[in-house]
Amino acid sequence: MNKQIPKQDCMPAATVRRVEELDRAIVRFAGDSGDGMQLTGDAFAKIIASGGYDFATRPDYPSEIRAPTGTLFGVSGYQIQFSSHEVFTSGDAPDVLVAMNPAALKTNLADVKRGGAIIVNSSAFTDGNLSKAGYQSNPLEDASLTDYRVYRVDISGLTVRALESLGLPPKEAGRCKNYYALGLVLCLYGRPLDAEEQRIRAKFAGKARIAEANVTALRAGYAYAEACEMFVTTYVVRPGNIKPGVYRSLTGNQAAALGFVTASELAGVPLFLGSYPITPATDILHELAALRHYNVKTFQAEDEIAGICSAIGAAYGGVLGVTSTSGPGMALKTEALGLTAMLELPLVIINVQRAGPSTGLPTKVEQSDLLQAVYGRNGECPVPVIAASSPADCFDCAIEAFRIATKYMTPVILLSDGGIGNAAEPWRIPDLADMAPFEIAFRTDPEGFLPYARDANLARAWVRPGTPGMEHRLGGLEKDFLTGDISHNPLNHQRMVEVRAAKVAGIAREIPPLAISGPREGDLLVVGWGGTYGPIVQACKQAEGAGKSVAHLHLRYLNPLPGDLEETLSRYRKVLVPELNLGQLSRLLRERFLRDVVVLSKVQGKSFTQAEIYDRIMELC
Amino acid sequence: MNEMSACQELTRKDFESNQDVRWCPGCGDYALLEQVKRLLPGLGIPRANFAFISGIGCSSRFPYYLETYGLHGIHGRAPAIASGLKLARPELSVWVVTGDGDSLAIGGNHFIHAMRRNIGLKIILLNNRIYGLTKGQCSPTSEFGKSTKSTPMGNIDRPFSPVSVALGAGAGFVARTIDNDLQHLRQTLKRAAEHPGTAFVEVRQNCVVFNDGANDPINDKDTRNDVRMLLEHGKPLRFGVDGNRGVRIRGFEPEIVTLGENGVTEADLAVHDETSAHGGLAFCLSQFAAPLPLPLGVFRAVEAMPYETLNAGLAEEARRKRGKGTLEQLLSGGHTWNVN
Repeated sequence: MNKQIPKQDCMPAATVRRVEELDRAIVRFAGDSGDGMQLTGDAFAKIIASGGYDFATRPDYPSEIRAPTGTLFGVSGYQIQFSSHEVFTSGDAPDVLVAMNPAALKTNLADVKRGGAIIVNSSAFTDGNLSKAGYQSNPLEDASLTDYRVYRVDISGLTVRALESLGLPPKEAGRCKNYYALGLVLCLYGRPLDAEEQRIRAKFAGKARIAEANVTALRAGYAYAEACEMFVTTYVVRPGNIKPGVYRSLTGNQAAALGFVTASELAGVPLFLGSYPITPATDILHELAALRHYNVKTFQAEDEIAGICSAIGAAYGGVLGVTSTSGPGMALKTEALGLTAMLELPLVIINVQRAGPSTGLPTKVEQSDLLQAVYGRNGECPVPVIAASSPADCFDCAIEAFRIATKYMTPVILLSDGGIGNAAEPWRIPDLADMAPFEIAFRTDPEGFLPYARDANLARAWVRPGTPGMEHRLGGLEKDFLTGDISHNPLNHQRMVEVRAAKVAGIAREIPPLAISGPREGDLLVVGWGGTYGPIVQACKQAEGAGKSVAHLHLRYLNPLPGDLEETLSRYRKVLVPELNLGQLSRLLRERFLRDVVVLSKVQGKSFTQAEIYDRIMELC
Repeated sequence: MNEMSACQELTRKDFESNQDVRWCPGCGDYALLEQVKRLLPGLGIPRANFAFISGIGCSSRFPYYLETYGLHGIHGRAPAIASGLKLARPELSVWVVTGDGDSLAIGGNHFIHAMRRNIGLKIILLNNRIYGLTKGQCSPTSEFGKSTKSTPMGNIDRPFSPVSVALGAGAGFVARTIDNDLQHLRQTLKRAAEHPGTAFVEVRQNCVVFNDGANDPINDKDTRNDVRMLLEHGKPLRFGVDGNRGVRIRGFEPEIVTLGENGVTEADLAVHDETSAHGGLAFCLSQFAAPLPLPLGVFRAVEAMPYETLNAGLAEEARRKRGKGTLEQLLSGGHTWNVN
C-alpha cells in the first residue's frame, strides 16, 4: 500500500469498471463487540435471502458482552456464504473482509482468501488501536497486505459527515457506521437497498431520527462506493436453482423452538419449557417466551436443575415438557435425567453444545458432549440421543425427539451445537398437508390399570393427574415391574434394568434405512454426526470431483445406533470419522461393532473447514 | 357423579393407600399423615385432583402412603417439580412434603424461589433437626454445638430458622406447628390449604431414633406454655402456664413481661398481626430463642396474585393482542421470501 494515497481515497483508481459473475461469495464482517457486526451480518443475510440465494451464516462473537474497545479478544465477526447453488457451510476463506478496526484485521486476516478484498475503516487505525491490537507498524502502510486488495475508507468520518444535516451528536452519528459499511458491501454485490431501508424504519418505528440516520448512512455508503468507483470489479451472483416455495431464514435455535411448538400443535398437547439462561442455548427460551399465544408456557427457573425438574413436573401433568441447555447445564441436569428415565415420563432435553470442559469456550462450537449424552448418568440408564445436522434440521429433530419421547415414555436428548444453533440458513416453509400426524393417547380407563404395565413398545401408559380412579405414585426408587410400588426384590431390579434397556434399544426398529450419498461400497466412508454436515458434504463432493470413491453417511440417531450401521460400515475398506472432539463417535463405533475407524478430530472452538476434511480424504484414498 | 358429590362422599379412608407405612414406630411423621388424611376430604376437591410431590428423606416417603397422585422425586428438588406441575395444571391442588435437609440444605435454592414466586404450592416441612435417613448427621436446623455422628466435637454451623428463611424470601403464608398437638396441626394445615399462593408450614417433628426428645420442652403439657407461645391474629402476645406472661416490644427489642407486675397491663403487649405488609413483627417472632418463647401458629398471611394466575394472564394477554396462534402462522412467520 502506497503512503502517498490520501486516506479517504478508495483504491485502486478505476479505469474500466466491470461486472463479474460469480458462482458463490463469502463475506465476513468483523469489528469490535460494540460495532454492531452481528446486526450488520444479519441485515446482509436478509438482503441476500430476498435475492433468492441459498446461504449459510456463522456468527462468531466473544463471550464478553462488550470487551474493552480495540482489543483482540473483543472482536466479533459474522460470515455468510451465498450462492446460486446449494450452500452447506458459511465457507472457509472470505472473499471479502470488512474490518472495522486493527484488532478485527489482525484476528481475521489469516482466513481471508489470497487476493481477496479487505475493506478497512481507516480512521480506526490510530496509534492507540494499533498498539492494542499488537501491531508494531501500521499494516495499511507497510507491506503486510500486498497479497490482498485493500480498500481504505474512513468509514467513521464519512458516516459522521453524511449525517451532519440531521443534527445528531457526533458520537451518536458514529454509531451508524455499521450501516455505512453495509452500504459499501451492497454496492460491491449490486444488491438493492429498499427492503433494508423498510426494515430499519420498522425497527426504529418510534425513533424517527435514529431510523433516518441509519438509512442515510446505508445510502451514503452505497453512494460513496458507487460515486468514487471504489470497486474496479463489482460482482453479481445469479439467484440459484433453489426449490420453489416460500422461504424464511432460521437459526438452529429458532428452528428447534418452532419444532417444539409444531409438535405441540400437531399433537394438540400443550408445551412447557423449563430453562435457565446459558450460552449458546438461551435463544430457545427467548423464542418460546414470545409464543405464548400458542399453547406454550415458559418458565425461567432458578437454576439448571429446576429447569429440568419443572419440565418433569409438567410432563407428569400431561404436557410436552422440554428443557434447553448447554454442556455445563447438562451436567447439572444429570440426576434429574436419571429420575425421568426411572419415572418413564416423556421429556426432551436439548443440549446446544459448546466447547468444554467446565465453562470452556462458551460461545464456540464443539461436539464433545456425545459420550455424556449416551453414558453420563449413574446406574444403568439408557436414554435415546439424536443430533441435528444443520440449522433447519433442528426443526425436524425437535419434532422427532418428542415423537420418540411420547411413544416410548422416555427422556430424549437432542444434541445441537453453538455453530448450527446460532447460524442461519434458508428454510423452505413446509406444507401443513405434508406433515405427519402426531398422536398422543392418555390412558383414562382405570379398569385393570397398572402404572408400569407396558405396551408392545415396552412403554408404560401416560396418565394425567386429575383422572379419576387412577391415582398412583411414581418415584426414583426401584419399582415393581407392574404395580410400580417400591420394590427391593433383587430379581425385580434385574428385570426392570433390562426392560428399560430393551425399551430404548427397541427404538432402533423404527430408524429408517441409512441414506448414503456416494457409492454403496468402496474405499472410504466418511461418517459424521451433528453440525459438521456442511463441511463433510462439501469435502466429499470435492473429492468425488477429484475422482475419488468416497461416500458420506451422516447419523441422526446416536442412541440407539441404526440397526443397519454395522453392515454399512463393513462395505467400505476405510471409515473416516471427522468430529469436533477427540473421537467420541469413533469410540462408540469401535465399541459397538469392533470396527476400527480413522478419527479426524478438531477442538479449536471452530467447525471444520472443507479443506481440512478434503485433505484427510485425499490422504486415505 | 358430579365433582361436588364426589367430594362430599370422600372420607379419611379414601386417602389411605395400600402401601405399608415404613416410618419408625413413634415417628412424628405419622401425625402429619393422619391429619392430612382427615383434612383432604373436607376441602371440596376431588381426590384425583390432589398431587403430593416430595424429595428425598424420611418425610419424603409421604406420597406413597396417600391415595392421591404422587411423585417421589430427587433430593431437594420437590418445589421445582411441583412448580412445573402447578404451572402446567393450575387446577390441581399441589402439595410438597419435605424435610429440613431436603428443603434447607440441598434444596435451599428451590425452596426460597418457591417462596418468592408465590406459586400455589402447599409446602410442609417436617423439621426434626437431624438427618434421619442417613442415620444421624446434623442438619441445617440442628442446634449450634450439637454433637452428632458428623459433628462429634459439636456442630459449628449456626442453625436456620425455616420460618425466617421463608419470610426472608418473601413468602405470603408462613406458619409453624408441632407434630403432637393434633388440633393445632390440623388447624394450621387447613389455613395453609385455603391460602392462595405459596403456603409454608414448618412442623416441629420428633425423630424417635436420632433426635428423640428434642421437642419435649414444647410438648410437655405441664410446662410447654412457659416455653411456647400460640400466635393469634389481632391478639396480644401472651404465654405462660398461668397465661400471665407476655411479650412487649420496645424499639426493635422484644422483652418478656409479667402482667400485673410493675404496672404492666395487656395494653402494653405487642399485638400479633398476620397481615402486616412488611412482616417485620413476623420476622422478629421467627427469631425468638430462649428465654423468649417459641411461637407457634401463623406468622404471616398476606394474599397476593399467585404465580400460576399471573402466568395464565400472560397467555391471555398474548392471545388478546395477537389472536390464538395457528400452526400455519407459526411456520410462515417472520421475514419470508418467494422462490419461483
